[in-house]
Amino acid sequence: MSTFGLIQLHKPGSYSLTFNLYPSLMSINTQQLLQKKKKNILELWMRNQLADEGLREDLISNEELRSQSEELITALVSNLTAENSVDLNSDEWSPVVEILGGIAITRARQGFSPRETGNFLFSLKEALLEVLQEEITNDPQALFNESIKINRIMDNLSVVTFETFIKGREEVILRQTDEITEISTPVIRLWDGILALPIIGTLDSARTQVVMENLLQEIVATGSSIAILDISGVPAVDSLVAQHLIKTVSATRLMGAECIISGIRPEIAQTVVHLGIDLSNIITKATLASALAYAFKSMRLEVRKINTVQKF
Amino acid sequence: MKIKKLPKMIISLNKDSIPVSKEQDAVFLKNRVREVAVKIKMGLVNQTRLITAASELVRNMLRYGNGGICLIEVVSSGRINGVRLTFSDKGPGIADISQAMRDGFSTGKSLGLGLPGAKRLVNEFDIKSKVGEGTTITILKWANG
Repeated sequence: MSTFGLIQLHKPGSYSLTFNLYPSLMSINTQQLLQKKKKNILELWMRNQLADEGLREDLISNEELRSQSEELITALVSNLTAENSVDLNSDEWSPVVEILGGIAITRARQGFSPRETGNFLFSLKEALLEVLQEEITNDPQALFNESIKINRIMDNLSVVTFETFIKGREEVILRQTDEITEISTPVIRLWDGILALPIIGTLDSARTQVVMENLLQEIVATGSSIAILDISGVPAVDSLVAQHLIKTVSATRLMGAECIISGIRPEIAQTVVHLGIDLSNIITKATLASALAYAFKSMRLEVRKINTVQKF
Repeated sequence: MKIKKLPKMIISLNKDSIPVSKEQDAVFLKNRVREVAVKIKMGLVNQTRLITAASELVRNMLRYGNGGICLIEVVSSGRINGVRLTFSDKGPGIADISQAMRDGFSTGKSLGLGLPGAKRLVNEFDIKSKVGEGTTITILKWANG
């Protein structure tokens, strides 16, 4: 939350009114100059990037980096016209913003750190300023104004980069959340006719739905008559979790199977009693082992130690 | 000579407020409560009770109050420490608190054990609510109470 708040403070375009004192300068000098010096800038930028200690050759090859840089610089330079304000929300800037957004998202997915992504852009700023300094030698006022403009544009672009970078990271997190929900509800066949379902983490409505569906499906598929729900991995059982458990047990019973809840730790037992939840018509066991023993018993199975017959 | 017993002062040592607006925030909140409880050396059973109570209240806040803020405090009274949680939302409020505190009463389709259950799980429980303005619930659990 706070990150977005920060970004909104520096919303691109908030500078647009403050700067346009020398609009004519850009048209005669800088744009053409930068266009002309594009190759130089690229070389300088690449040199800066390659000299940087944080260069990630493991994540991106030099050729790829160069083509990325070239694409961005071409778009940037062709957009640096006098009419363009530094307002990045304007349509003229959308190609640059789009390219930059693309780069930022790819970098977020590839696992670049924010610092490395930031340096990518800051080193471009340095290259641009360096070229400006070399070229505008006789007019300090103009140099200053142009530098300020370049600075503002690059600052705004950095903000865009970070917004996109964070969005990219958040997408990664969301995808992982989905993956976790999916992989964390396996139904295990413990024995012929006995299923086990270990639950890890908090049971919310969405997960209960997944658990119940998987379990009922598997009961039909395997023709099992006993299902063991193991809640050793559930940190706390509150009234909603209990309600979900009761529902799952009732649904299993409707399918003609018996459902045992195992893995009830001492502190969970005390909490459930204090909360006033009635689990008395559900078979509950402290450990998965005792639940399995109960299941064996009700299926009239027996596990015995083999009497070893010693042969001489 | 009679020594007058002073009422015990409860001092707040450490404050931390966590905004709750979606279900994932509840998991984060519970983890924070656990961290704080471990830090003051609360036993496992009391930890679980506190977290379960917090879980009930944060769920109510999300479901009926459209989210809110939870304030986590480490409090101290004399030689014993505890954790105080204050849940405040700007939801519709509760019209009849005594009805809401009754076992088995729910306006939703739940078991109706959230509020009364949470009260049984902690040492001190305080509820303030105004219709149309919101609800504030404060719970306190001593480390060894």
